[in-house]
Amino acid sequence: MRGGLISVGGALAASALVCLAAGADPVMALRLLALGAFGSGEALGYTLYYATSFIFAGLAVAVAFQAGLFNIGGEGQAMLGGLGAGLAALALDGLPAPLPALAGVALAALSGAGWALVPAWLQARRGSHIVITTIMFNFIASALLTWLLAEILIAPGQPAPESRSFATSAWLPALAGGPLSLAFPLALLAAAAVALLLWRTRWGHALRVAGLNPDAARYAGLSPARITIQAMLLSGALAGMVGVNEILGVQHRLLLGFTGGAGFVGIAVALMGRNHPGGVVLAALLFGALAQGGAELAFELPALGRDLVVVIQGLVVLAAATMARR
Amino acid sequence: MDEFGFALLSLTGATVRLAAPLVLAALAGLYSERAGVIALGLEGMMLSGAFAAATLAALTGSPWPGLAAALAAGVGLSLLHGLVSVGRGGDQVVSGVALNILATGLTATLASAWFGLGGQTPLLPPTARVPAWLGQNALIWLAAAAIPATAWLLGHTRFGLRLRAVGDNPAAVEAAGISVAGLRFRALAISGALAGLAGAYLSIGHGAGFIRDMTAGKGYLALAALIFGRWRPLPTLLACLLFAGADALQMRLQGALGAVPVQAIQALPYLLTVLVLAGLAGTAAAPRAIGRPWPPRR
Repeated sequence: MRGGLISVGGALAASALVCLAAGADPVMALRLLALGAFGSGEALGYTLYYATSFIFAGLAVAVAFQAGLFNIGGEGQAMLGGLGAGLAALALDGLPAPLPALAGVALAALSGAGWALVPAWLQARRGSHIVITTIMFNFIASALLTWLLAEILIAPGQPAPESRSFATSAWLPALAGGPLSLAFPLALLAAAAVALLLWRTRWGHALRVAGLNPDAARYAGLSPARITIQAMLLSGALAGMVGVNEILGVQHRLLLGFTGGAGFVGIAVALMGRNHPGGVVLAALLFGALAQGGAELAFELPALGRDLVVVIQGLVVLAAATMARR
Repeated sequence: MDEFGFALLSLTGATVRLAAPLVLAALAGLYSERAGVIALGLEGMMLSGAFAAATLAALTGSPWPGLAAALAAGVGLSLLHGLVSVGRGGDQVVSGVALNILATGLTATLASAWFGLGGQTPLLPPTARVPAWLGQNALIWLAAAAIPATAWLLGHTRFGLRLRAVGDNPAAVEAAGISVAGLRFRALAISGALAGLAGAYLSIGHGAGFIRDMTAGKGYLALAALIFGRWRPLPTLLACLLFAGADALQMRLQGALGAVPVQAIQALPYLLTVLVLAGLAGTAAAPRAIGRPWPPRR
């Protein structure tokens, strides 16, 4: 907890320097940021909506980390998750209300897991560096999605590469007027489930042992290779749920760029939350506030832009690297 | 010359032009990893080098301050990686990824703030770019020269011997009374300089300005080439040529094969990287102490 606070403090101080370099007043920037994130009910709704994606992405990274794996492919797995959710919605939105959305959630998790499976298998069986393969799979996912949307799923008469809008039966129910949907309580549920799974089950224990010490796991009769694959499947499924929040919760159609870098935010969120679901939820709320406040900030002070939030992410991860010793 | 001959010639030229930044970056990775420090921050160092070079070239109208800025940016980020992973014994993989995220945010923020072009730098006139020498960009010659220079430095100098030793057996280096951290910091400085130059090539050599995220995974590709090249200069060069050849072919094939979607062709270099890594079982050639902090904990 103390480490987390130090890293936030350090990151904020360094961000103030970046503000100064960009020619903006850091105190005013911080005030605008806080006001933009929490200043109204609508602002809070947006903050929680961003936090929803970051909880899923952060849990994905955290589960892999607990197994000793660094999954930086959350972005690609989220793209596939959104694709799965969208395909289910497009195919089934003639059915009555909860069915298409339920199918979308299931297919999103499956697609995300499937996209993580190949890098997982390559790491487990061939020793291929999972950091490199997962990032390559991000690029491949982006190409795949672009092709599908530009050539196959594009709505007739539509200039942009977007699918038709889903019927309302495939929408996740909204919780307020804004983008906040049922995906938010789902994310909290997922965090609780991951905590139970990792710390209260035999499988979770095996996963953490393999992450801490693969040799010890082997002596205990566990198969680190199998655990690698299982952990990455769970990680990919969680990352895929980012697509549910975006596609079924907000966009209600398939389009490009809906992940918005959430997969990478998940890295900072997981590290700041010490790879624990409770910490992940708190860190995701902070980054949700930064994302929403940063959007408002970019509106008021165009010189700063939303990329400042990415700088803060980088600094948080750097601080975590200093403390997260293997 | 027939049409096929011309096509082959232009493909070869494109391969060389695309290979140069990969070679510089892969060598950057080689110095770092042979000294025992994982080089996952290549992407970020390249991106920062590209941005710094384009910024100074745009402001001064000359490529040389740009090159100096790229060197400074690369070395600066690399030493930051060193402070975290060598100085404090932090996690090298996490630190490398942090550099990449940091560079993405910093370059985009500063580019928007300073130039107001939505994350780009202004288009550079030819006089502000690195000139050609004997028909090729000067940085391509530099990349070509860096291969034998690195092979000689690693294989035939005292510094090279110590650098390899600190990546394989830091205990022996320390027992000989040589500072492990000092050697690793020096290796990281060289690594940062080369990665910065790789970025400069993208923005003021081959290209004419900085575009956000212009490295597009090249740092990771270079690292894959280094692994494929078994951490040795000449095989690493061949791996870079293979990746660059796939990229050149990809650009040439776009539109030529009507039935194959453009996106599938664009994904070719990334697919090839995965296939290459998949084909390498076991990592017996990796420096033995790679990724392990010194002094060891517990």
